[in-house]
Amino acid sequence: MLNIALPIAFIMISIALVLNLYRLAMGPNTLDRVLALDTSYINAVALLIIFSFYLANPLYFEVALLIALMGFVGTVALSKYLLRGNIIE
Amino acid sequence: MDFIIAFFLLVGAFFVLVGSIGLVKLPDFFMRLHAPTKATTLGVGSILIASTLYYLAYKQTISLHEILIAVFFFITAPVSAHLMAKAAIHKKNQEELKKKN
Repeated sequence: MLNIALPIAFIMISIALVLNLYRLAMGPNTLDRVLALDTSYINAVALLIIFSFYLANPLYFEVALLIALMGFVGTVALSKYLLRGNIIE
Repeated sequence: MDFIIAFFLLVGAFFVLVGSIGLVKLPDFFMRLHAPTKATTLGVGSILIASTLYYLAYKQTISLHEILIAVFFFITAPVSAHLMAKAAIHKKNQEELKKKN
């Protein structure tokens, strides 16, 4: 059961990443690109969690946590910059 | 147990895919902001539940990493969405002001 479901989940999340890439390239606005990057780091975290239990290796959770932290800081910094013109007042 | 893990995994992957399709298909920025939020909460949440069940069933260990990631996501996703919406409203207001003058 699981050896059928795992490749299907991999393929679905990979298609989602490709769609994010389309929005990142075509986005009419800067904020659309920020939103596409935000969505794609969340999808990367989901992909890493699935990869972790595909390999049965819990080390990948640390990687997922680090990517989530860096992605959140990046999104906040970019939208703060677009809102005010600088990041730290 | 295998069936439940596969079910949660497929539900999570489905919602991640739906969020990205919404990101591409919807016409306005605020509508586009609404779609990937579902991918964050439902999609990653379901995948984390599947992962917890897998480690509980096959490795006989309770791994706390999933709870850490879930709590982090549930705190940060509304904050980042709120900041992006604020920036978009600011930009819209400025464009309307420019049009008026």
